[in-house]
Amino acid sequence: MKMMTKATVLLLVLATAACTNPNRFGAGGVGGAGGAGADGFGANAGMAGSASDPRSPMFFNQTIGDRVLFAVDQSTISPEGRTILDGQAQWLLTNADYRAVIEGHADEQGTREYNLALGFRRANAVREYLVSRGVPSSRLEVTSYGKERPIEVCSNEACYSQNRRAVTVLSFSALTS
Amino acid sequence: MKRLLTLLIALMLAGPALAQGGPLRLTITDGVIEPITFAVPTFEAENPQAGQLASDLTRLVAQNLSGTGLFREVPANAFISQVNSFVQPVAFADWRAVNAQALVVGAVSVNGDQVNVKFRLFDIFSGQELGSGLQFAGTTAGWRRMGHKVSDAVYSRITGEGGYFDSRVVFVAESGPKDNRLKRLAIMDYDGANVQFLTDSSNIVLAPRFSPRGDQVLYTSFESGFPRINLLDVANVGRRQIATAPGEMSFSPRFSRDGRQVIYSLSNGGTTDIYRTDLDTGQHVRLTATPSIDTAPSLSPDGSQIVFESDRSGTQQLYIMSSSGGDARRISFGEGRYSTPVWSPRGDLVAFTKQNAGRFHIGVMRTDGSEERLLTSSFLDEGPTWSPNGRVIMFTRETQGADGASALYSVDISGRNLRAVPIQSAASDASWGPLQP
Repeated sequence: MKMMTKATVLLLVLATAACTNPNRFGAGGVGGAGGAGADGFGANAGMAGSASDPRSPMFFNQTIGDRVLFAVDQSTISPEGRTILDGQAQWLLTNADYRAVIEGHADEQGTREYNLALGFRRANAVREYLVSRGVPSSRLEVTSYGKERPIEVCSNEACYSQNRRAVTVLSFSALTS
Repeated sequence: MKRLLTLLIALMLAGPALAQGGPLRLTITDGVIEPITFAVPTFEAENPQAGQLASDLTRLVAQNLSGTGLFREVPANAFISQVNSFVQPVAFADWRAVNAQALVVGAVSVNGDQVNVKFRLFDIFSGQELGSGLQFAGTTAGWRRMGHKVSDAVYSRITGEGGYFDSRVVFVAESGPKDNRLKRLAIMDYDGANVQFLTDSSNIVLAPRFSPRGDQVLYTSFESGFPRINLLDVANVGRRQIATAPGEMSFSPRFSRDGRQVIYSLSNGGTTDIYRTDLDTGQHVRLTATPSIDTAPSLSPDGSQIVFESDRSGTQQLYIMSSSGGDARRISFGEGRYSTPVWSPRGDLVAFTKQNAGRFHIGVMRTDGSEERLLTSSFLDEGPTWSPNGRVIMFTRETQGADGASALYSVDISGRNLRAVPIQSAASDASWGPLQP
């Protein structure tokens, strides 16, 4: 138990150190929002691995699932969402060299600035859940695109339900360097 | 919910009986009467070089006045009397015969790139000149501003209120598909002319707001990867990120009335609150502290109060608090949700976006929440902004579906005279600036 605590502290220290590195997200990290806008997988597309390799980002994105969906106006994590986030948390704990930006989104049925805040609230709900499952908060950042980056473009619930989402976008950070 | 729009603007004409004592006067109050009719013969070209500009300026003045919905032009082919000279006596009987209540006479001279415009305004039914002649000097490149200044003077003399033609609007020009929209800050004249871009489209930019003097713009930018507040100087397009209170996301910025402070939203953890930062001292003050989303602040004209939206009751509603924070009182109580409140420059009304039963509306209410009137209705209307004189509201209208696009519209506060602002590109998030000096 004592060993465990030490390890966690060490990880936090390293993660904090990593925070001071301006390039910590590399080219595909935060800037990957554009990719998220395209299909949500774009941000991590350049990363190695296949969907069948449990240690690969592809596995994270496709097999576990990189996103959770929300009900209208809500930021509560659904039971399906919890299953996905349990998988994400497990993956992040196993692959400690990865960090993540959680991008919150809203559907178009709302005003611009409120939707920005609503997307943030959703992203934060995902962060809090992942932290509750043991992922150090220092490895997670949150942002929001509001209604600016829908992935589905029709104007009915079939699309809206896909757009009300929080996407966990991975970035590689060599904590040991 | 089916409350009828109350039509507010009344045109109470000073008829011939009153004309002895008082000039032509259009009082904008409750009720609706016919627009005032005006004639504007092509301005006299005082030298040959002025011919084209004289014609263009005349059309611009006519377009401005007709565009308000308060005035109706008498077509030139109805004229009995021709006006060939700025100084010739006005044949009042001829203008009465074609039912023109007001006559605008102008003259233009051009010297190199210098332009001189003068005009006189006549009250036909009283047979008097309304105010004295005025003259504006400018450059050929800035000719539209002179037309706007003439229009503002005519509008003011007849309504007794300030005009809004010589003003600019900052907005977001949009292009590209719905799932990867490109957005650039742009500025234009109130009528959609002279669009100039202030940023490129490499980062998402949202919801710009003019400074009270119109020389600076606050907006939200994703340039850092996260939503952050930027300040841009209009003259040299220099921009910088504002140092807000510590937080993970800052947005929804507005200037204080003196332009030295920024009121905005800051998100931390699950909550979004309203803050104020002094641009000179860098000091931050937190104005709300609830676990809800508090955003879209707008100061009263005297700077003492802030109207904002909050979902503290469960859905978005409008609240007013002191500009130093503290208790807030809810002012919106109708069906649906209310957002993006904007205090009118006259101080009497709050414009807002309302969402109800799957439709969006732009509306106005008094500052105590009474006398709510919905001015528009569509799939998605949002983001009202006031003309400098508080008589017209510009807003964003977005059409639905995969090919949906945004455009700017204007409507007067009676709900009449809804019109699209003619801009080449798709556009959203207008902020209407002050009358230019």
